[in-house]
Amino acid sequence: MGEIMNELLNLLKQNALESPGNLAKLLGISVDEVKAQIAEYEKSGVIRAYQAVVNEEKLDASLVTTVIEVKVTPESEGGFDRIADLISRFPEVESVYLMSGTFDLLLFIKGRTMHEAAGFVSEKLATLPGVTSTATHFMMKTYKQNGILMHTGEGDERLKVSP
Amino acid sequence: MNDSKSLRSRIAQTVRDIPRSGIRDFFEIVSSREGVISLGIGEPDFVTPWHIREAAALALDRGVTSYTSNMGLLSLRRGISKYVEKKTGIAYNPEDEVLVTVGVSEGLDLAIRALIEPGDEVLYHEPSYVSYNPLIALAYGVAVAVETQKENGFRLTRAELEKKATPKTKVLLLNYPNNPTGAALSKEDVEEIAAFAIERDLIVFTDEIYDELTYDREHFSIISVPGMRERTIYLHGFSKAWAMTGFRMGFTCAPPELTEAMMKIHQYSMLCAPVLSQEASIEALKHAEKDIAYMKAEYKKRRNFIYASFKEMGIPCIRPEGAFYAFADISQFGMTAHEFSLKLLDEQNVACVPGTAFGACGEGFIRCSYATSLDEIKEAMVRIARFIEKL
Repeated sequence: MGEIMNELLNLLKQNALESPGNLAKLLGISVDEVKAQIAEYEKSGVIRAYQAVVNEEKLDASLVTTVIEVKVTPESEGGFDRIADLISRFPEVESVYLMSGTFDLLLFIKGRTMHEAAGFVSEKLATLPGVTSTATHFMMKTYKQNGILMHTGEGDERLKVSP
Repeated sequence: MNDSKSLRSRIAQTVRDIPRSGIRDFFEIVSSREGVISLGIGEPDFVTPWHIREAAALALDRGVTSYTSNMGLLSLRRGISKYVEKKTGIAYNPEDEVLVTVGVSEGLDLAIRALIEPGDEVLYHEPSYVSYNPLIALAYGVAVAVETQKENGFRLTRAELEKKATPKTKVLLLNYPNNPTGAALSKEDVEEIAAFAIERDLIVFTDEIYDELTYDREHFSIISVPGMRERTIYLHGFSKAWAMTGFRMGFTCAPPELTEAMMKIHQYSMLCAPVLSQEASIEALKHAEKDIAYMKAEYKKRRNFIYASFKEMGIPCIRPEGAFYAFADISQFGMTAHEFSLKLLDEQNVACVPGTAFGACGEGFIRCSYATSLDEIKEAMVRIARFIEKL
């Protein structure tokens, strides 16, 4: 059963809108079992939210995604957690990760313009006590996001009917 | 003098007698339409795993473009031997018991031509893959169809075999997991059939191209039954589980005498299998376990879905245990399989293959392949449900 439930999570990650009826059919279990397991995942926080994967480039006023590498001085108690939590609470910040390697935190932020993003870095981020340096990169094009190809290419070239 | 009637009259009688494949007829109708959702495709929708493609590309870069030994690259044959032993417990000598062929299609043709003399009878079970009957006829053999039944889950039973066997029966041709029914055999089923073959002193050809794709239990090969290795030609290939159809790679495993006989035909008709495909297959045998497991898990979900959907619609269908086909019983709608398929295509733009393409006893059934994306399968099921509601 554990394997089937992992598979349930995979299916939801691919398509969170999949109906319980279809999920039940795919997994060979009952609709009630599917609903109960999803409720359990939501309650325990395994499933945090359901969101749409948006191709920003298709929008007229597309948002600029900025990736920022941040070096911070770890604190004697709590290490990076306090400052990471502080940064996470800025509404502009979409994702925050603690990294191994030459910097400590990796942030993804969304802004309407590069200027806006730059403002966030210089006014809010760099001035935080503990932040020692930042490196800012602007994302230029998205090819794939959350496992989804953003530009669908050629179709199925197989024969329509074959033995 | 070369008008088309005169040309036709010069075509060999055996070839004239072979009917066109029902699949081909249907293919032409489907091809003329736009926006069709096809459940008629008998090959994986996955692209060959990246590292296998890379191995072929690398071989090309290295300038590997020559013929190989007629039998195939020895390193590939060694890999095949190891693979088969791991799966079945039966060891074949890569030197003289393994032959690399251009798909199982060629392997089967070789086996039939190497063994069959005019008038020899070959038992095979229907509904079956489309090439068995014509290949037997081309070798002047007599194809004797044993009809498998929905009630038995399309499993072949000894009782049915006994009814069709005669003193002229020379070969029994098996294909489980089965195209088009999705049926698979249990170990007990296989042992019963093996006992029949041994008692009647038959040669067995076993096409196990779908053996990796079983969803509810491990596949059990007839070569694993004591006394069968010495009378069996085991046919397998890379098309299905490795998603390598276009590479055209198959192989046979058989005792040296039989392998040598097939090799004789192969060397004069084919010379050898394409070297780049052989290089790709060496890689496929080494590192594809995870890829196969992934694809199999995807097929299994689709199998579950399509089976549950037919059940919900009230269309009887045996639960497919292997391959990637569901064989649905549409006889309740008072149409032939062909009529049903055409009407479904016409009204809902969904293509299935009429069961009769796989033998007369496929009447009343349609074959629905689930080797297509889940989104397409979901939409197809919605459309089929809509279609039958109006019947």
